[in-house]
Order: sequence, then C-alpha cells, then structure tokens
Amino acid sequence: MFEIDKWQEIYSTVRKNKLRTFLTGFSVAWGIFMLIILLGSGKGLENGVAEQFRGGATNGVWITSGITSMKYKGLKVGREIKFNNEDYNALNVSVKGHDHISARLFLGNNLVSYKNEYGSFFLSPCHPDYGYIKEIELIEGRFLNYIDIRDYRKVAAIGEKVKTALFKKGDTTALGKYITINGVLFKVIGIFRDFSRNDNELKRIYIPISTAQRVFNGDNVIQQISFTTGSATPDEANRMVDNSKSLLSRRHTFDVNDQRAIEVWNKSEDVRRFSALFAGIRMFIWIIGIGTIIAGVVGVSNIMMIVVKERTKEIGVRKAIGATPVSIVGLVLQEAIVITSFAGYIGLVLGVGLLELISKKMPASDFFQNPEADFSLAVGATILLIVAGAVAGFVPAMKAAKVRPVEALRDE
Amino acid sequence: MITLQKIHKSYVTGQNSLHVLKGIDLEIKAGEMISVMGASGSGKSTLLNILGILDNYDSGEYSLDGIPIRKLSERKAAAMRNKLLGFVFQSFNLISFKNAMENVALPLYYQKVSRKKRNIIAMGYLERLGLKDWAHHLPNELSGGQKQRVAIARALITNPKVILADEPTGALDSVTSLEMMDLLQEINRTGITMLIVTHEHDIAERTQKTIRITDGMITEIINN
Repeated sequence: MFEIDKWQEIYSTVRKNKLRTFLTGFSVAWGIFMLIILLGSGKGLENGVAEQFRGGATNGVWITSGITSMKYKGLKVGREIKFNNEDYNALNVSVKGHDHISARLFLGNNLVSYKNEYGSFFLSPCHPDYGYIKEIELIEGRFLNYIDIRDYRKVAAIGEKVKTALFKKGDTTALGKYITINGVLFKVIGIFRDFSRNDNELKRIYIPISTAQRVFNGDNVIQQISFTTGSATPDEANRMVDNSKSLLSRRHTFDVNDQRAIEVWNKSEDVRRFSALFAGIRMFIWIIGIGTIIAGVVGVSNIMMIVVKERTKEIGVRKAIGATPVSIVGLVLQEAIVITSFAGYIGLVLGVGLLELISKKMPASDFFQNPEADFSLAVGATILLIVAGAVAGFVPAMKAAKVRPVEALRDE
Repeated sequence: MITLQKIHKSYVTGQNSLHVLKGIDLEIKAGEMISVMGASGSGKSTLLNILGILDNYDSGEYSLDGIPIRKLSERKAAAMRNKLLGFVFQSFNLISFKNAMENVALPLYYQKVSRKKRNIIAMGYLERLGLKDWAHHLPNELSGGQKQRVAIARALITNPKVILADEPTGALDSVTSLEMMDLLQEINRTGITMLIVTHEHDIAERTQKTIRITDGMITEIINN
C-alpha cells in the first residue's frame, strides 16, 4: 500500500492543484485546530477548578460547629453548638472506616515574633493527622506527633511564608529556634508547604491542640473535626458522614437535618460533582469539534470526487493494463488520508502551539489555568484524522473503482 | 488464440436498446495480424472492447488462449488483461505525470514486480524501440510517434499473447503512421497475435487479413 509510486502520484496531483488542495486541507486543519483549542480550554477550566480543590485530601470531610437554626426537643433556635474533646474521641471510636482524624481550634491571627521580626499569622491548633488531611508537604523537620499532644509540648510547624517573614538573613535554619506566639515561646519543629495557591495557607502555624487548649483556651473546646474516609466508596463515605452527624446531634441535642448547627463539607462529593460537570463539558466539546471536522471531511470528500472525475481516463488506462479495483480504491483512499492527515496535523500543531502560548503568556486566573492538550488527546486526534480521511475518501474511491475502462477510454 | 461464437451485444439507454453486435463469429489464430474496418458506429470498437475484456457481451461464447471469458470478476478480468493482453490506443493514454520509463513499467507494477526490477525491464523495451534517451521525459515532452512507441513498449512489457490496437495511427501523420506499422509488423513477427482497428485502407492492407464490419455483422473477410 505505501509504495513510493503512490506517494509520487499523490505528490504530483497535489502539486498540480495547489490552491484546491490548500483550501481542502485548510478546512480540515481548521476543524482540528478548533477541536484542540476547545479541548485545551476545557482542560484549562478544569485545571483552574481542580486547583481550587488542592490543599487537602479529596476524600476529606470537615465538620464545623455552628449555631442551631431549628427548634429541637423543646430547645430554642440560635443555640451555639460547642464541640469538645469528647466529641473527637467519640467520632474516632464510632465512625468506622476513617483513616485519619483531627480536631481543630480556630485561634485566628496572632502576633508572632522571632528576635526583632514580627508578624501576624493564623494559628491553627490540630492533631498530627491534620497533616495528612490537609496533605501538607514538609520542607524541613517534622509535623506534629502524638507525643507532642500527650506532653502538651510547645512546638510549632510553620508555613513557608512564616519562615521567610521571621527568619531573615543570617538565620540559615528555623528548626529548633524559639518563636513567640502571643507571648508564649514555641519551638519550631517543621516548615511546610501547602499546595493550595492560597497564600494564607502558607502563613499558618500548626501547634498541638492539647497545648493550645491549655495555654490559650483553658478549656476542652474544639471547633472543627475533620477526617479522611480512607478507601471508602462514595456511598460508604456518605454513610460515614451521616453517622457522624447523628452521633453529634445526639450528643449535642440538635436536629440532624439542621444545616446550621453543624456545617459539613464532604469534599469527595464536590470533587465528584465537578468531575461529572467536566465530563459533560468535554463531551460537548468533542461533539462540536467532531462537527467541525465533519464539515472538513465533506470538503475533502467533495474534492476527491472531482479528482476521481478528472482522473477517470487515467483510472481507465490503469484498469486496462491490469489494475484491480482494490488497487484503485487504495490509490484514492491513500490520497484522501494523506491530505486530511497532513492538513490535520498542521492544525494540531498550530492548536497546541497556541495553547502553549496562552498558558505561558496569560496570567492564571482562579478558574482558568494551564490550558493543555495532552498526549492521549493528540493520539485521539490523530486516529480521528486517519478515520476522517478514510471516510472522506471512501465514496470517491468506490466511484473510482466502478469506473469502466470502456467509458473512460472512449475518445471524445 | 481467439474464438468468438455468435457474440451479441446491446446497449440499453433508458427505454431504447441499441443492438450493436449481431452475432459475430470469428477465429484468430496465434501469430496472425488482423485488421478490423468499419464505419463509425458499426460496432468495431465494441468488438475490440469485448476482445479486450473491457466490456461484457450479452450472449455467445468467447475464449481467449483457450480460456472461456464469461462473467469474470473485476479482479480476474484485470489479471487476464494484465497477463494476456496489451493495449495500444489512438490517443496513447499515457499517464501525464509519469515519465516514459514509468509509463512503460506500470503494468509490471500491477504484477507486483519491484520498482527497481521493472524499471530495468522498461529501459530494455525503450531501448529496443529507440527511445532510450527519452526514458526520463514526461509524455508532453514527446512527439506523437514517440508517445505511441512508449505506449507500444507498455503493451509489450508483460509479454502478452495478443496486442489490441484501437486506431493506433489515428493521431499520427502519414510518415509516422508507416513507421508505426513497420514496428507493429516487426512485433507480430515475434509471434504476438495482433488485432488492429482502423479506418485507413493503407494501414489495413499491411495486415494479413481484413475483417469488415457493417452494422454489427462481419460482412467481408479479405486476405491481403
């Protein structure tokens, strides 16, 4: 099929009809170009949204205490629900299937200093497991551990930005140094990075929750309990969330349907909803893109029809000297495939090029970044092109195969 | 070599049916050189097409080199044409974007002979026909006589049993026509059966036998 003769023939017909071939190729190239741009932009949108979800395990569940909004068992609306260590222990024991669990306190921004450097940073007391739930990446040192909790150690894991703000030149490492948080000395045990793009996440300081309760609160209050659902299926994860809700509603006497008494964020739900949305968007884009390509294919098919008509005599001669119908079909089909693939490839390259340019030059926004066409997309598009070429060439090729040498050779 | 018995052929266009061949009986022996004459519309080209397996016939019997030719598949017909027959046309029918050598080599392409090998064979035939220096020229750079020689070389390259020529001199001037007939006679002497359709008497006279067709029937066979 791919012998030099056929290539030579394709080359010579293309060369004889430069403009015609160009216009035909253009329609296909444009189709692929549009498809790549659309899919790339869809990907950019998806990346942007995915970025919003970073900085935390996708199977995380966050439960925050709030204020009741429904009457329950004779109790009035507007009661403040206050979690405590007992709730944390109860959830830890009775919600089966979680792999990490942590309580949290929100102590807001606090004045933090080291030597003569000062700053205001968000203090976030938690359990060691929060490092997993938040998917924190340590640059140096370690995160909190359960000995810190047990012994009420005054230790702190600080964000990258905290370090750069407090530790100026001359202080090569922050590890082991003592920083003052709200007048209390804490030893720096780790420096971490957070994947969410939010700067605030990097201006955090994590300290053991037991220490925080003793030093800053004098109580056993906590404000948030979060856990990851391990390898649970979406249904199992929902069941775990429901169990937690009913457990907390029993312990604190509020309506389990009260959306305000406790706020539950089941991240896997959100992730699932968004991936369904993007699957829908992707399908929509493919439909549009394929529609555009079909227009190109019809163009190629049309041109090939004319080519066959023009070459009727030549096809007749070939048949007279022994060309089989199959070889004639191959000839036309190959030309159609070559034109579509070549033109499509140009469209592909231009599309990918433009996407690259956009992702390099355009500032990333919250909901759009890094538009890209990945390898599988390029492979998919290539297969699509070859199939499109074959489809475009099919009808003309069949027509060519039906050329009767007698009619083709008749002298006018 | 060629046996025709009661060959009938009609062309149906819409409601009209045109009876072109009305029972042709013909016997051509191996190595004969025959001319077919007739007015236009007499059916001589149709006869040639049937002989060349380029067209079907409605009834009768046709055998070529002892093989009955009837309702062949396209693929088989193509193989038969390729192996047994060589065609020479009035308008040469060379492929315009292929040079002389490639045109000559084309039938071997359909026999799946390698490019290198078939080009060597093609050069041999071009040399025999005195066109060695023109091997790499495109058809539009050749004169009419040269073009027809290329076409003849193309017809010869598969070593056919029969050469069918449709007005081979129709587009050539008289001097070139005579040269062409010399060439065809020379080829005939190597044992290849030859059938030439023509309307020129001096061409027909150069063959051994002339068959005159009138209105779809053989009306006269003249031994020249």
